Amino acid sequence: MTRDITVTINGEQHTVAVEPRLLLVHLIREKLNLTGTHIGCDTSSCGACTVLINGKSAKSCTILAVQADGASITTIEGVGTPEALHPLQEGFRECHGLHCGFCTPGMIMRAMELLEKNPNPTEEEIRWGIAGNLCRCTGYNNIVKAIQYAAAKLRGEETPSTEPEFV
Amino acid sequence: MSTYAFDYARAQSVDEALTLLAGHDGEARLLAGGHSLIPAMKLRLTAPTLLIDVSGLEDLAAVTLDGGHLAIGALTTHRAVETSELVRTHCPALAEAAAGIGDPQVRNRGTIGGSLAHADPAADYPALVLALDAEIEMTSRDGTRTVSADDFFVDMYTTALAAHEMITRVRIPVLGHGEGAAYAKFANPASRYAVVGVAAKVSLADGTCRAARVAVTGAAPKAFRATAVERRLAGRPLTEAVIAEAVRGLADPNELLSDLSGSAEYRAHLCEVMATRALREAAARAA
Repeated sequence: MTRDITVTINGEQHTVAVEPRLLLVHLIREKLNLTGTHIGCDTSSCGACTVLINGKSAKSCTILAVQADGASITTIEGVGTPEALHPLQEGFRECHGLHCGFCTPGMIMRAMELLEKNPNPTEEEIRWGIAGNLCRCTGYNNIVKAIQYAAAKLRGEETPSTEPEFV
Repeated sequence: MSTYAFDYARAQSVDEALTLLAGHDGEARLLAGGHSLIPAMKLRLTAPTLLIDVSGLEDLAAVTLDGGHLAIGALTTHRAVETSELVRTHCPALAEAAAGIGDPQVRNRGTIGGSLAHADPAADYPALVLALDAEIEMTSRDGTRTVSADDFFVDMYTTALAAHEMITRVRIPVLGHGEGAAYAKFANPASRYAVVGVAAKVSLADGTCRAARVAVTGAAPKAFRATAVERRLAGRPLTEAVIAEAVRGLADPNELLSDLSGSAEYRAHLCEVMATRALREAAARAA
């Protein structure tokens, strides 16, 4: 039995017929073909599926699409453009904040809310802030640097050194 | 991973939610943040035929000061508990515990009422509500009743909440003069669930412990109070030596959980360590 829901994703309104058991991440990836949002663990542990729901970061593998009826959702496709990257995207590129890139969309969506609430986080606040996002490649140091880079840029300050850290 | 099929309704009022609950004879479940229920449904540990989404009932998402109590609406998210000025002022241990639940995304969605109703043996709030002597307010079409935290937790994932009831509020006595509370958790590093978490509340008068409440989560099938420890502390100054003596043998390994996170013997040891830390901090705050 399906029902119609209406969600605004990256500013565009969609009305879709969904089964109540359809997960939000499946709506995003399979019905709307926005495959930037990844499915890592499917158990709300890894954060690869993080999106913003009404501005709050959330794990879309643990939310039903019907729960998002009426909500405004931002996915990685709604952040920056290839020509004009968001400071977070630029930071991940400049600071080598990724190896395989699988966790990156979730990391960026989580960092969006983190910097929105706390424009000048300490390193410790960044590390706790991304505690719900797992990266199996980088060891996190360059991810933290990427977020610091973006924070500085968003504050209008000079960006820190982008020399990658090898540990 | 998907769940069994179910129907979904979004309740516009508490009355509507309760009517739907009562009409489905134990087959319906309330959905708040869904961060316990949806994982349980994915694992097919539970298979309700109807989910009643109560997340839009904003009246139940507020924290207020009600006489000598903090009244926390059941739909208050962990993030809102963590950041509430009222909670931080009148019961900082609860705000600190909320800040240690899961991760930021989980705290944005999960709610205090949902967590209590789920009664995961490793959840943080059960230790807090037991130590803080909270009351759980539950509503059904028959009216509202209040159960003390001591009577709320029945067994693993089992509480005093009936199938036709919903938790509406948690009422916690505000800390008075000479009172302090703290929570110490040894967290699973991946999930942040408590391998063992201990909450303690102490009342001091003239440097002596008048009363103490000590509650443990994560260690056993359900959260429990360490009443023997509480008795050993009463009437004594909370020195390191007194605390060390009081917490010794807090839990019997034969009654504790044993799993990948730790053996029963290890958990019994952690009970003593976490109780020591919680009591030390609670006593410092009470002084």
